[in-house]
Amino acid sequence: MVRNRKIFVLALAIVMAIVSAAVFAPLISPHDPNEVNLEMKLSPPGFDHLLGTDHLGRDIFSRLIYGARVSVATVAAIILLVLAFGLGIGMLAGYAGGIVDAALMRLCDVFFTFPTFVLALFMVGILGAGMGNVIIAIALTHWAWYARIVRGLVLTFKYRDYILAARAAGTGRIKIVVRHILPPVFSQLVILATMDIGHMMLHVSGLSFLGLGITPPTPEWGVMISDAREYIWTQPSVILWPGMMIFLTVMSFNLIGDVVRDRLDSKGKGDT
Amino acid sequence: MVSFILRRLLMMVPLLFAASIIVFIIIRIGPTDPALAYLRLSQIPPTDEALAAARDFLGLNKPMVTQYLEWIGRAVRLDFGLSYVNGRPVLDEILYYLPATLSLAGVSLLITVTVSLPLGVLSALYKDRAFDQAVRAIVFFGVSMPNFWFGFLLVAIFSVTLGWLPPMGRGTLAHLIMPASALALMSTCINIRLVRASVLENMNNRSVLYARARGLKEKTVIGIHVLKNSLIPVVTVIGMHLGELLGGAVVVESIFSWPGVGRFAVSSIYNRDYPVMQCFILFMVIIFVLVNLLVDICYAWLDPRIRFSRSDK
Repeated sequence: MVRNRKIFVLALAIVMAIVSAAVFAPLISPHDPNEVNLEMKLSPPGFDHLLGTDHLGRDIFSRLIYGARVSVATVAAIILLVLAFGLGIGMLAGYAGGIVDAALMRLCDVFFTFPTFVLALFMVGILGAGMGNVIIAIALTHWAWYARIVRGLVLTFKYRDYILAARAAGTGRIKIVVRHILPPVFSQLVILATMDIGHMMLHVSGLSFLGLGITPPTPEWGVMISDAREYIWTQPSVILWPGMMIFLTVMSFNLIGDVVRDRLDSKGKGDT
Repeated sequence: MVSFILRRLLMMVPLLFAASIIVFIIIRIGPTDPALAYLRLSQIPPTDEALAAARDFLGLNKPMVTQYLEWIGRAVRLDFGLSYVNGRPVLDEILYYLPATLSLAGVSLLITVTVSLPLGVLSALYKDRAFDQAVRAIVFFGVSMPNFWFGFLLVAIFSVTLGWLPPMGRGTLAHLIMPASALALMSTCINIRLVRASVLENMNNRSVLYARARGLKEKTVIGIHVLKNSLIPVVTVIGMHLGELLGGAVVVESIFSWPGVGRFAVSSIYNRDYPVMQCFILFMVIIFVLVNLLVDICYAWLDPRIRFSRSDK
C-alpha cells in the first residue's frame, strides 16, 4: 500500500509537471520550438540543446515542452466534448425513458459497430487533418460509450427514495435532474474520463503520426516521431524522446485513473 | 441455438444499414467536393464544365436520399465503384490488400491469446508474489506504450542494432515477427489483466470452497472449477481486441511498410479517393460486426445461461 502511494504521488507529480510545462511553455523552453537552423541539424545533446536537435535543427527539448501544450489542450477539449455529449444524451435517455431512450440507445449501438480508431481515421480523412477536426473525430467516436454509462447510472438513481421524495414534494423535473441526479452521475463520470485520458492521447498521437492528426510544424509528440522515422538508422535518439513523453504521460494518467477507481471501488464495498 | 444465431443475424442487418448512413453523412459533410477530388486524380483540369460533367457522372446532383439509395443498392451487390486513382474496381483492390492485413491481425490475435492466457492465469495463482508483480508492471508499461513507438523501438533494437530482423516488407515469417508483436502489445496487456481478474474472482467462488472441502486435489480444483469458468468471459473480449487490432493495423502497417489494407486506406485518404475510403470503412465494420457475432455465438455455446435466458424473450 505504501509502495502504491509512492507510485501514485510520482504519477501525480509527472502529470503536474506536464500540465505546468504546457501552461508555462514560453517561459521554460530555451528555444523557439519552430526555429529552423539547418546548420545545426541532428546535433547531439549538449549544453545549448539539452536533447539535441531534429532534422531541421529545431531544439527537441523546446518542442517536447510545447508538445505538452498541444497534447494537454487537445485531450482536455476532447474530454469536455465527450462529457457534454455523454451527459446530455445519456441523461435524456435515462430520465425520459420510453421511445426517446430506445432511439438514443439504438444510435449508440450504431456507433458501437465501428472500431473507434478506424472511424476516427475515416472522419479525419474526410474532414481534413488539424487539431479541431481531430478533437471532433475522437469525441464523436467516444461519446456513445459515455452516453450508455450515464444512462445506466441515471436509471440506478432515478427510483431512489430521495428522488421520489423530491418528486412527491412537487420539485420540477429540471431541478431534480440538475440538483439530485447530475452531481452523483458527474462524479462517477469524471473518474471514467480520467481512466480514458491515456487512451485518447494514444489516439491523438496515432492519428498525428499518420499525418492525419495535428499537422506539422506544430510540435506534437506523434508528429515528432513521424518526422524522426527516417533518421532511425542514423540518430535513433531523435525518435526516443517524443515517444518517452507520450509513454510517461499516458502511464501517469492511467495510474491516477486506476488508483481513483480502486478507491471508489473499496468505498462502494464498504457501503453495502 | 439455430434460432439464437438467426436472431442475431437479423439484428445485424439494420445496424449495418445505419452504419452505412453514418458513413454517407460523414462524407457529405466533408469540406472537399468529391467531384473536385475525382478530377484531380483523373488529371483533368478542373474547369467549370469538367466539374459539372463530373458532378453529373458521379451522381452528385441527385437528391441526397437518391444518392444514398443508389450507393447502398450497389454496395449490397458488392459493387463499390471504381477507384479515382487507377479506375480499377475498389472491391478488387481491397480484396487484394486484405489477406496481408488479416494475416497480420490473425497472428497478433494468436500472440495475444497464447501469451495472455498463461501469464494471466499464473499471475492470478501467484498473486502478490514476485512473478505477479513483474507481470503487472510489464502490463502497466504495455498499455501506456504507443504502438507506433513500440514498433520503432523494436526496429531500433532488432534491425538497426542487432540486425536480426528485416525492418520492413512482407514475405517470410521473420518479416511478420515485429509488426505482429507491435500490434499485439496493447491487446495482450489488456487481456492479461482480464484473465487475472477473472481467475481471481472465480477463486473466491463458493464452488471452489466446496470443492476444496470435498478434499479434491488442488490441481482438479484449479483446473475444473476455476479455469474453466474464468476463461469463458475472456472469450467475449476477443471481439473488442479485434477492433483494437484493426485500428492498430493501420498504424503498424505504415511503420513496417506492410502491404495491407490499412496502408492502402491511409494512402487513399491522402489522395481523397472517396470510393476506396467508403469501401474500406464498410469492410472494417462488417469484419468487426461479424467477428463479434461469432464471439457471441461461441459465448452462448459455452455458457448455456445466455442461450436460454435470451431465447425465451
